[in-house]
Amino acid sequence: MIIVLLFLLVVAVIAGRWLSRQGLMSQPWLEVGVGDITEGRDRTALSGAKLGLFVFLAVVGGFFALLVSGYVMRMGYPDWRNTPMPPLLWVNSALLVMGSVLLHNALLSARKGDRATTRLALAVAGVAAFGFLAGQLVVWQQLTDAGLGLTANPANSFFYMLTGIHGLHIVGGLVAWGRTTLAVFGDHPVEQQVTRIELSALYWHFLLFVWALLMVVMLGWADDLVNMCNQLLR
Amino acid sequence: MDEANIRASKDIPPAEVADVELYHAKSFWTKYVFSQDAKVIAIQYSGTAAAIGFVALVLSWLMRLQLGFPGLADFITIEAYYQFVTIHGMIMVVYLLTAVFLGGFGNYLIPLMVGARDMVFPYINMLSFWFYFLAVVLLVVSFFVPGGPTGAGWTLYPPQAILSGTPGGSGAGIIMMLLSLIVFIIGFTMGGLNYVVTVLQGRARGMTLMRLPLSVWGIFTASVMALLAFPALLVASVMMLFDRLLGTSFFMPTLIEMGEQLSYGGGSPIMFQHLFWFFGHPEVYIVALPAFGIVSDLLSTHARKTIFGYRMMVWAIIGIGGLSFIVWAHHMYVSGMNPYFGFFFATTTLIIAVPTAIKVYNWVLTLWRGDIHLTIPMLFSLAFIVTFVNGGLTGLFLGNVVVDVPLSDTMFVVAHFHMVMGVAPLMVIFGAIYHWYPNVTGRMLDEAMGKWHFWVTFVGSYLIFFPMHYVGLVGVPRRYPELGDSAFIPDSVQMLNSFISLAAFAVGFAQLLFIYNVITSLRRGKIAEKNPWRATTLEWQTPDMPPTHGNWGDELPVVYRWPYDYSVPGAAEDFIAQNDPGPQPAGETKT
Repeated sequence: MIIVLLFLLVVAVIAGRWLSRQGLMSQPWLEVGVGDITEGRDRTALSGAKLGLFVFLAVVGGFFALLVSGYVMRMGYPDWRNTPMPPLLWVNSALLVMGSVLLHNALLSARKGDRATTRLALAVAGVAAFGFLAGQLVVWQQLTDAGLGLTANPANSFFYMLTGIHGLHIVGGLVAWGRTTLAVFGDHPVEQQVTRIELSALYWHFLLFVWALLMVVMLGWADDLVNMCNQLLR
Repeated sequence: MDEANIRASKDIPPAEVADVELYHAKSFWTKYVFSQDAKVIAIQYSGTAAAIGFVALVLSWLMRLQLGFPGLADFITIEAYYQFVTIHGMIMVVYLLTAVFLGGFGNYLIPLMVGARDMVFPYINMLSFWFYFLAVVLLVVSFFVPGGPTGAGWTLYPPQAILSGTPGGSGAGIIMMLLSLIVFIIGFTMGGLNYVVTVLQGRARGMTLMRLPLSVWGIFTASVMALLAFPALLVASVMMLFDRLLGTSFFMPTLIEMGEQLSYGGGSPIMFQHLFWFFGHPEVYIVALPAFGIVSDLLSTHARKTIFGYRMMVWAIIGIGGLSFIVWAHHMYVSGMNPYFGFFFATTTLIIAVPTAIKVYNWVLTLWRGDIHLTIPMLFSLAFIVTFVNGGLTGLFLGNVVVDVPLSDTMFVVAHFHMVMGVAPLMVIFGAIYHWYPNVTGRMLDEAMGKWHFWVTFVGSYLIFFPMHYVGLVGVPRRYPELGDSAFIPDSVQMLNSFISLAAFAVGFAQLLFIYNVITSLRRGKIAEKNPWRATTLEWQTPDMPPTHGNWGDELPVVYRWPYDYSVPGAAEDFIAQNDPGPQPAGETKT
């Protein structure tokens, strides 16, 4: 459970920093009026939608932190064999990076009002996402063909579950992407869609980040660290 | 407070907060069924929770029937008893208490109390309710699948939860249960996003965090905790569903069942316990914190006195919220954990008693020399304080490893958690319903029926759960449908059990009276004044009473003061509403 506690620590630091600016030391029973009190620490500067997305990402982050916690806990058992990682995963990862870069590019050009580039970047980003999903399915197929099915080894069970849940989040992202793309291909000025594109891009960057961490854990690059933690707890 | 501020406040434009575009219902369906108005959603949540809560009540009757008078009802088989225990616990903890406090009170109170027109994401808010409703339906459906609902205990510990020896384990019961939980969590996440973002973004001008009523602080902190804790249950449910349906072995060790080796192997049941309690313990405070907050407001309003130590109350809420994430393994002392872990978790468990005790002192000190009106909300609030102290004290015993190990899995534990997170929060829920019913319906609940409801519930719960501590201390294990012949259990325990059952039936009937009161008062209740309790908080200051769609008419309120200005010396009335600029300019300064 070390991983999820570390995650919570990060959340607590962010929440604590924010709370420290909210005047928790003030004496509300002595303060009447609306003058100074509203300035600075009244509301956060973010828009509602963006804040909502950040809160949601914190929830998703906690979800994945818990899954990885389970992974790490299970790794300590003797029957654990890391799943061999098919090379195709690197292609898929590259597609995910590409999607992230393109969405960022779409955001920049939407801010400038460059409709054609925004459309192109968004469309190709979507293709990359579908490519990623298809690639993941092929990876599953390759592993199953090699006799490494869901129940072959606990590491495999985790591999399928983690990639599956990550994929579901990509599918959810594609719904948002679809709505954004439809709006951008509509008649309204592209500047009106900046918030939407920004939120989609943020979500994509986040899923890329999660995927990078998952890869590090599943490739076994973090094994030494994990063993150290498990030793500490034993 | 300097005069400059007061003067400046006179000509402040009301709505510097961007006014939201309201959704307008076009038909009966979008107005009452698929409504996006937080107030309607609140009623939908509460109504659904009450309905499924009634199922839990009936199940508790059946359990008490079996325990008090074994053999009297022969349709209660051992399997059925396990199913009753499981579903009763699950409904009460997740589908009733969590849903009523966050989905019900959260939806109703947050927008009104912070001075917003509605939640920030009304559409997602509506989806949240319908996911919750679907989760409840799935739970109900599990009663009718072959094999019936799961009987694994509300903790659903593997491996037994998905083995054929447990009711519903090899059938669809456990699958429906897990699916229902997954849907509930997805729905809750949607609602939780709304509660958190609305408190952060939707506040009216002048409503600083330190001017929020404690109800909102409690619900807000509990929502944040729930958003972080429920994913643990989601992970546990998903992994168990994998084990049950796809044959993985996340939680399943090598097993021999009926002389046959199962295909499972190598999984860790302890991992499930960690995940489950990583959700389960914060869950206790997810239910308790809104209760803490609401009861603070009830006590202050009905004792006509400022809350004692507002800042401490806020800090204690935040402190409890944080600490509750590092105490989970005190539910696992008997799982064979490293003794140093036990030491660590016992210590954190005792530390969390400090902010909790601060809150209890502050409630009592709020009452001290207050002008206590023994209204029904006040009666329930007082009952909450004593019940919570009682339940909390046994919690200190159970938090210590050496005391917990012999008491683990006895009726003592059952009595403890029913007092502290069953009866105590329900007292607040009842008090809050009597308090806010006029705000929702424009009518008062009948007082005579209310008094009957209160006294039978309060005295009755003590008659149920006080003797249960003794039953546990003698060594009667929990989850046993019958005592059987045990040398260490005296015969008198059976008498006590019958007595507890009779008390439980009486308390249950008092709840029927309450439901009758709620329904009949809709039409026949006394018409409420605009602000019947003379409360300061914003939900009583809306232009229309009960508040209409959009809450605030043309202009959003401006908040000038904190929510506890009761009995201010020199003020015209014994309360000053939060949106009242007050006497101008100097007379208002308090030192």
